[in-house]
Amino acid sequence: MYAFDYKKVASLEDAQKVFESADDGTFMAGGMTLIPTLKQRLASPTDVIDLDGIDELRGINVDSHSVTIGAMTCHADVAASSDVKKAIPALAHLASLIGDPQVRNRGTIGGSIANNDPAADYPGALVGLGATVHTTKKTVSADDFFTGMFETALEENELVTKVSFPIPEKAAYQKFPNPASRYAVVGAFVAKTSDGIRVAITGAGPTVFRVPEMEKELTGSFTVDAISDIAVPTHELNSDLHATAEYRAHLIGVMAKRAVADCG
Amino acid sequence: MQISVTINGKQESGEVEPRTLLVEFIRYQVGLTGTHVGCDTSQCGACTIHMNGKSVKACTLLAAQADGQDIQTIEGVAPVDGPLHPMQEAFRDNHGLQCGFCTPGMIMSALAMVERHKGEDLDEQTIREELEGNLCRCTGYHGIVKAISAGAKTMQGGA
Repeated sequence: MYAFDYKKVASLEDAQKVFESADDGTFMAGGMTLIPTLKQRLASPTDVIDLDGIDELRGINVDSHSVTIGAMTCHADVAASSDVKKAIPALAHLASLIGDPQVRNRGTIGGSIANNDPAADYPGALVGLGATVHTTKKTVSADDFFTGMFETALEENELVTKVSFPIPEKAAYQKFPNPASRYAVVGAFVAKTSDGIRVAITGAGPTVFRVPEMEKELTGSFTVDAISDIAVPTHELNSDLHATAEYRAHLIGVMAKRAVADCG
Repeated sequence: MQISVTINGKQESGEVEPRTLLVEFIRYQVGLTGTHVGCDTSQCGACTIHMNGKSVKACTLLAAQADGQDIQTIEGVAPVDGPLHPMQEAFRDNHGLQCGFCTPGMIMSALAMVERHKGEDLDEQTIREELEGNLCRCTGYHGIVKAISAGAKTMQGGA
């Protein structure tokens, strides 16, 4: 690791002030991506601003129509929350599949979506459920939040504060994990919501995306058979040492069908 | 920067660089070498400790993040001159270790697992899933899983 200054802040105002005064600051949530990145010298911030002390960013709130999760809430808390399990079981299930228990005890929803790793799980849930991302500057729909590989609608010195998920009629998440890292080679989040059917795919492309053809067919008939003939084009899918674009395209079909079946 | 951490019930203070890892502080400054560094890339879990009662990988935390926190390492699970912790005993009884390098992390993960599943039956499938973050290069998983199952039963007051 290159040398840096460590600053722990206790409020969003402090976080932004410290960022402003730093030459090249970076925010740290759980650090599950940032610390490995620093170790590999892939980043050299002058200041690491630790958000762990901002209590207002932590917590889960469930009401009759939505589940709201504070940005610094760790995956283990979402996975274990009886309120989330009751309101959106697919969301708790997704959180329980991220990394391993030690990573789930540190990694946060805000950190995950701000990083927007193409193989992360949470973007699938946000786009699949039509969630709303609240930041220090704006309120933005999940469809508009994830803009590209490791890129989001966040501007410099803007922090995610919480994410609100509307409670769907039914939803399910199915992923094909990389056996070593547990990152999604392909993950499919399917939801039947009051605004219609949503199918979101993570892991397969540069960033999470929806599959309108599947959504259309499932609107006509919410069955596995309805989407069995849909082929997703390969030209925009990732091809790397974990899987070729063709393999990922195939997995999209398999995972989406499993998710539909899982919705019951 | 100066940090002060409670480790196994004892206050430990020291001067660290902001980039010092928690595992480096524990091993080289406090001198508790039971917490191992296997991969140093947050995959193998040999560095697993408990911070505020939760299992975490000490190679993927800055020492600075642990300032003011409560930490338990493998040295803290049983008294120095006393009997082994039931989970340690179960590893010995069930051939839960071969070379022993991954064992401290395995035991810290096992204890966190028992805590998370309090009052539930810790079946083999659950144990294997919950061990996702710990690797054994000897590939001695059968013994480890058996050991955790037995240790959990003893801890929960069964036989």
